[in-house]
Amino acid sequence: MRLIAVPFMMAIGSAPALAAGGAFPPFDSSTFAGQLFWLALSFGLLFLLMSKVAVPRIGSVLAEREGTIETALAAAAKAQAGAEEQAQALEASLGKAKANAQSIAQDARAKSNAEIDAKRKAVETELAAKMSAAEASIGEMKAKAMANVEDIAKEAASALVEQLTGKAPTAAALTKAFKAGSEA
Amino acid sequence: MASGTEIDPIHQFELQKVFEFKPFGLDLSFTNSSLWMIIAVAVISFVTIIGTSKRSVVPGRLQSLAEMAYEFVASTLTGVTGKEGMKFFPFVFSLFMFVFTANMLGMIPGAFTTTSHVIVTAAFAVLVISVVLIAGIVGHGSHFFGLFVPSGVPGWLLPFMVVIEVVSFISRPISLALRLFGNMLAGHIALKVFGGFVAALIAAGAAAVLAPLPLLLAIALTALEFLVAFLQAYVFTILTCVYLNDALHPGH
Repeated sequence: MRLIAVPFMMAIGSAPALAAGGAFPPFDSSTFAGQLFWLALSFGLLFLLMSKVAVPRIGSVLAEREGTIETALAAAAKAQAGAEEQAQALEASLGKAKANAQSIAQDARAKSNAEIDAKRKAVETELAAKMSAAEASIGEMKAKAMANVEDIAKEAASALVEQLTGKAPTAAALTKAFKAGSEA
Repeated sequence: MASGTEIDPIHQFELQKVFEFKPFGLDLSFTNSSLWMIIAVAVISFVTIIGTSKRSVVPGRLQSLAEMAYEFVASTLTGVTGKEGMKFFPFVFSLFMFVFTANMLGMIPGAFTTTSHVIVTAAFAVLVISVVLIAGIVGHGSHFFGLFVPSGVPGWLLPFMVVIEVVSFISRPISLALRLFGNMLAGHIALKVFGGFVAALIAAGAAAVLAPLPLLLAIALTALEFLVAFLQAYVFTILTCVYLNDALHPGH
């Protein structure tokens, strides 16, 4: 117990020193004038420095920064608006170009369709003409062939008659007989 | 016994003369207290003037420190008094910076804490109340004294209320001075006492095993004292703002 009590007494043992040294320093009024004098001097100097130099300077720096930030923000907003405008203009011109392209394509299609139609019609009429010519020549050939067939049949009939009767029929009789045969 | 390790927690508050200066029979000698006042002014000026000399839009360390202090005090002042209070800004800023720096410099071992002397804190308190009175009377004339006459009080009660208001107004500088003084004095004495315990226990042989206990306490107290050093400067400043608000907007 005594071991712990000793340091306590030593630490708090300033009472005799205080009694010997005089008043408690913060309450020693003989130092007041000097402290007030130097406080007035140093705080006065500080107030002068702060109000004339530091405060206006820091205030202006802060205001300037605010201004810088505001102008930068305004510039950014302006740039954005410009970009948007440009994008809109681009879109509009793109739409226009698209419409243009579409109309060109439509024109081309219509034109080519008309051309194709015209060509087809020409080809068709040509073909029709060729067909009718061919038909005509076929009819002619058919008639010719038919005539030939009559001759051959007449020959064959006269040969048959000659073989059977020994006497060739006259041409008039043959013609007559053919006519009667084809009419029957 | 052990006179070499004797610890006097009051010794740190004693003024030591650096050089004598006694005009007109007044003792205005330059002391360790004066020295630390000048150091405080030098430190504040270094941060707020040398630190901001470049005026950069993107601040360096010192400049952002100065700007932080500026914005802190400005927000405290405008928060209490509104925009009109900014005309007192240089005064409030100087006050806060001086008290805060003096308190913090006092935490350096061996340094003198100028704010641990009641005459210094009393001088600040009287200065604040003088500014409040002058600003109030200049700004509002006799209307300023309406501060002492609360409205909506029955007539017979009014004299008592006026007395109470006057007493409360007079007690403002006293509480302002004693709060800062008491906090700084008590904190430094406590630090010294617990530091003294450590030294005394080490010197007391077998009890030295107990020495870490007051050491831990001294460490915790040191941290607390740093907080108190800031907090008391802040309290002093915000109360100054509250009193200035009365000068700007008197009447309840």
